[in-house]
Amino acid sequence: MSGHHPHPGPPDSEDGSWTREQLMAAAVEALLVRKRVFTPADVAGALDYWASRTPADGARLIARCWTDDAFAARVMDSVNAGAVELGLDIGHTRVVAVANTPKIHNVLVCTLCSCYPIRLLGDSPGWYKSRAYRSRVVREPRAVLSEFGLDIPDDVDVRVHDSTADLRYIVVPMQPTGTEHLTEQELAGLVTRDCMIGTALPRYIPA
Amino acid sequence: MAKEWPIVNRYRVGDPVTVRAHFPSGHARAPFYTRGHSGEVVRVTGPFRNAEERAYGRTGARVPLYRVQIRQRDLWPDYVGSSGDTLVVDLYEHWLEPGDRR
Repeated sequence: MSGHHPHPGPPDSEDGSWTREQLMAAAVEALLVRKRVFTPADVAGALDYWASRTPADGARLIARCWTDDAFAARVMDSVNAGAVELGLDIGHTRVVAVANTPKIHNVLVCTLCSCYPIRLLGDSPGWYKSRAYRSRVVREPRAVLSEFGLDIPDDVDVRVHDSTADLRYIVVPMQPTGTEHLTEQELAGLVTRDCMIGTALPRYIPA
Repeated sequence: MAKEWPIVNRYRVGDPVTVRAHFPSGHARAPFYTRGHSGEVVRVTGPFRNAEERAYGRTGARVPLYRVQIRQRDLWPDYVGSSGDTLVVDLYEHWLEPGDRR
C-alpha cells in the first residue's frame, strides 16, 4: 500500500486469539441453533434480560424492609415471597436474607465459584468472582473489609456466608441513623450493591 | 419415575456437626477448608437435588441441606479477629457427621 502509513488503533475484540472456553461456547451455541433447540433471538433476549437486572431491585426490597417491619419479617422468612410482593420476578432459586445488627456484620462470598442472586442484584462485580476475594474473605474477613474502607469494631462479630449450594444470599444492612424522614425511594437510593454483599454500609450525608 | 422416598432430616437446628474429612475426586460442594472442622446447624433447608450428581447430568437424589456455622478460630488457628467471628457454609447431609456437644 503506497501513500499510507499504519496508525495503531485500539484493538478490535477479535484481534486476540480465542480461549478454549470461548471456542467451546461458540461451537455449542452454533450446534444448538442448528438443531433448533433455540434461536439466535432467544440467546440475544436472554443476554438482554440478564443485563437488565440491577441492584436497584434489591435496594427497593431493603428500603421496604426499613419502612415496614412486617414486610421485613416476611423477607427474613423468604426473600422470594417478599420480592413477589414488590412485583419483582426473581425466579425460584431460594434467596435468604441475612440481617446486620449492632452486634453482627454479614458478608457474602462463594468460594467454589461465584454464586450470586443475579435476578435480584444484577451481575456480580468482577472482584466478587476473583480468586483473591474468594480465598481471602473467608480467611481474613476483617482485613478484606478494611481494604473496602469498612473497619468493623471488635465488639461486632463478622459473619461470613459461603454460598456453596442451592441458596443465594442478600445482606440486609441497618438503616442509617437520621434517615427516618426520608421516603422509601430516597432510602433505596442509599442502598448500593456492595451494601447488599456486605462490603459496604449505607451512608447518609444530610444535604 | 419411581416413587420418591420421604426425606428425614438427620440433624436439627442446634445440633453439633463435623464436616467429613473426606477427599473424593470429582465435583464436591464442601469447600476443602471446612473439611474435618466442627460447627453447629443454624438452619435446615431443602431437600434439594444433589448438585454433586447434577454436575454429571444425573437427576440427583433429594438431600437435606444444612447451614452450618463454624467459629473462625476453629477454622484457622491463627485467625485475626473477634472470638465471636464465624463462617456459615451450606452443606449437604452426606458431608456431615454428628459432632461433640460442647
